[in-house]
Order: sequence, then structure tokens, then C-alpha cells
Amino acid sequence: KRITTINTKNMKESILKDGCGECQTSCCIANQKCEKTK
Amino acid sequence: MIHQYQLNGFNIVLDVNSGSVHCVDDVAYDIIRLFCAAMDRHREEGSSAAGEYDLVTAADREEITARILDRYPDLTEEDVREVFGDLDELQRQARLFSEDLFAPHPELLEPRKPYVKALCLHVAHTCNLNCSYCFASQGNFHGERAVMTEETARAALDFLVRESGSHHNLDVDFFGGEPLMNWDVVKETVRYGRELEKEYGKNIRFTLTTNGVGLNDEIIDFANREMHNVVLSLDGRKEVHDRFRRTINDQGSYDMIVPKFQRLVEKRTGSGAREDRTEYYMRGTYTHCNPDFTADIRHMADLGFDQLSMEPVVTDPSDPLALTEEDLPLLYEQYEELADWMIRRREEGRPVTFYHYMLDLEGGPCIYKRIAGCGAGTEYYAVTPWGDLYPCHQFVGEEEFKMGDIWKGVSADALQKEFGRNNIYAHAECADCWAKLYCSGGCAANAYHGTGSISGVYEYGCKLFRKRMECAIMMKVAEAMKDAE
Repeated sequence: KRITTINTKNMKESILKDGCGECQTSCCIANQKCEKTK
Repeated sequence: MIHQYQLNGFNIVLDVNSGSVHCVDDVAYDIIRLFCAAMDRHREEGSSAAGEYDLVTAADREEITARILDRYPDLTEEDVREVFGDLDELQRQARLFSEDLFAPHPELLEPRKPYVKALCLHVAHTCNLNCSYCFASQGNFHGERAVMTEETARAALDFLVRESGSHHNLDVDFFGGEPLMNWDVVKETVRYGRELEKEYGKNIRFTLTTNGVGLNDEIIDFANREMHNVVLSLDGRKEVHDRFRRTINDQGSYDMIVPKFQRLVEKRTGSGAREDRTEYYMRGTYTHCNPDFTADIRHMADLGFDQLSMEPVVTDPSDPLALTEEDLPLLYEQYEELADWMIRRREEGRPVTFYHYMLDLEGGPCIYKRIAGCGAGTEYYAVTPWGDLYPCHQFVGEEEFKMGDIWKGVSADALQKEFGRNNIYAHAECADCWAKLYCSGGCAANAYHGTGSISGVYEYGCKLFRKRMECAIMMKVAEAMKDAE
């Protein structure tokens, strides 16, 4: 195919999460695991 | 904003605002590039439209069609129109040429009331190694040698629980210096932490960062039972590791620590190990002396380790160990070689993880996290052996960054607010960077030590970060395309 989209979800969904703060501090963000989605 | 690049045989297009990643053929790659050029041209001319994508006019499309047909003689106008249609559809789905999703949410930019959720406990400002490149000045952070008392360690946990609000997960890292030089206090702190967990309904994730010199079976078993993660300092090949990581008697430490690390990891990940205690990291530092650091990562894998991290040294540019602009082409090449090697290992059924290539395109951090970064100075503090609070371990010893103490709490309100406002929108240099939502503006300590301001930008680190992200995204593309075959 000329264009293959790799990720089916994207960052738009992340704005819907409420920033719960339960994730680890990075210590540095992309490799952080979200407690709600992992 | 679009970032497109070619790596390892893939044409990769990242839609920055949505985080969507596309793998495209040469024709689509060139068309997207020409669309971007047309948008840039119209923007410079002062044209405006409802959205960026609408800046591309019918005349632009005709011109792009002509240029593509000139470059690809086998194509027809219908082929090009088909690609335009695909781009239009992806734009409609907000997966390509998408608008800034976060600009309409000003509440994201307001620093929220900070609750403390993580502490770096400096249980020992002393060390049994004498590493010449240590940012902590051989463990004492340019001050007196000291160890934390049990009373201070318990008071630090009291401070954490007291200031944590409704946070359930709390993190405590035992750090130094070398934390194993104050092992009884580490054990007592964990015991006390488990008491607090029950009393206040918290989950405390303890971690340990060690040079390995003091490891024995008793410590290994305790760490594997109680520590959520252990970070083990190893620079790679023996001659590389022993160049800087030397004992007080000026002997190399490689032969002493590697068997201990192997024993710890074998017991941590082998049969009978706790499922929630398998995380560890081999953590190395590379310098101007070993810009071929991929060989050191491969060496770690040869030793049987599979969770790996290798960091560029950050030091004064006049330091002979400091990485230079001339090193960059080789460092870029090394990151590409590392990604290629990891892809092959995965295909052979022997995968390894590399901290900076861990990327979740579908369930990564929330936008608050992406904007605010690591939380230093707001929700994360370093605690000295005397109970003083600093924004993080890299600020310890810089008196102007002392923020209070664990008994009275944070007293440097202005400094706390400064860290709270120090998000990606505070860095003018980040506005046009495609990687800003992956690095969150970078490390405040590196910025301070590199530019004199926590809101500065340590550009050398940015260059390496962008390269690592390109490699990490490419690995995701390679994996997806392999699965699709």
C-alpha cells in the first residue's frame, strides 16, 4: 500500500485521560507507562 | 506539523500533533513533502485558512501533480489523485496534517497544586568507588561525606505520605553516593514504608541504584524481594568500564561487580522469581572516549543482561570526557546500528530492551505528563542525608536550589512555581520541534548546567534525543510491517 498507518490509536485519546499522576517519575517521557492503559 | 525521514529502508511520516505514524512509499513520501513545502510557502506569504491543510490550493495540487509525474514517468494522473484522496481522508480523520489538539485547552498549561509522589533518598553521601566522571563528585556532592540516619529516613517517608494527597502509587529510590554503604538504613526504611502502606493505603515502589561493589547474597535476596526496580551501573566492555569506574585503590571494578550483577539478575528473573520484581536496568554512561557505545550495549547482552540503558555523559564542555559536535555523526550511526541490532535480536527470539527505545504509540503518557515532564521540583524531590530537599538528585549541592526540608516541607514557593511553569510551552526553542511531546522539554538539570537556566534548552541533548526517537519510531514501523507480511 502507498500509505500504511502504524498506530490505530493516537495522541488524541491521551487528552481524555485526566493526568492521574499514578505513573512513575521518569528519573529523562515517551517511554513512560501509563497506569491506566498498560 | 509533519516530521518525515528515511531510515533502515522505511519512509516514515510522523503527524506530530496526533502522534500518528505512517509508513509510505516513495511517491506518497514526495507528495507529502511537497504539500508541506506549499504550506510553508503560503504561511511565509501571510496566507491564512481555516486549517493548515487548507492552505494547499488547487493550483498547488496541479503543480505537485506535474512534478510527481515528471519524477515518476510510469505514474498516471489518476495514481496521483488517488494519493491526494488518501491524504484528504487521513487529514479528515486527524491522522495527518492535524491541528494542535491541545491549544484549545488552556487549563493544561496551568500548574496544578503539586502533590509529592516521588523521593530520591540520598542515604549515603559517600562511595566505595572513585569514578572520575561522577556528577556527584565521588559521592559527596561537593560537600561533606555523610550517611542518612534511620530517623531522617523515616521522617522523609512521613513527608512523602503527608504531601502525597490522594496519590496511591509513590516512588522512593535509594541513591547516593553508594546506598549499599548504609544498608541497615535502607532495610529499616523499607520496613517502615511497608507499615505506612498499610496505615495510609499507599503503594510504595522502592528502587535501588547501586555500583554493585557491596552486593552479597543477603542484599541480593532483599533487593529482589522488596525493590520494584534495581539500576545496576555498568559501562560495558571491561576496558571501557574500568577506565573511569575505579576503586579507592585505583583498581578497575569490572571483575568485582559483573559476577555479582549476573547473580542478582539470574535470581531476579530466573525460575521462582516474583513476577512483579523482574524489572532491572543495566545502566551505563558513554563519553567522548567510547562514542562506539553500541559495542558496550552488545557486550552487556553477551553477559546475559537484557534490560539495558546507556546514557550520554553530561559534563562541562571543557572536560576531556565531554561529547563534542564532531562526535555526533558517529553517535547517530551508533543509535541506528543499535536499532538494527535490536530488530535482528527480536526476530531471532532473543529480544533486549533499551530504555530510550521503549515507546508506546497507543497507550503512552497522558498530555499532562507530556507537557510537564519529570516533575522535578514539584512532585519529585531529592532528600540529602541531612533531610534537605532539592528539585532532584542533579541539583543536590547547589545551595540556591535548596527548597526546604522534610520536617517543615517546601518553603521555596517561588522556586516551586518556577519548576511548575517550566513546561514545554516555556521553551520558545521547543515550539517548532517535532519531538516536544516525547521529551517534554528535556531535563531541567541538564538545561541549568548547560545554559545557566532551568528553562534553557540543552541543544546537544535535544539532537541525541531526536535521533533516539527516530530510531524508536522506526523500530515500531519495522515491527508492524513485519507483522503485516
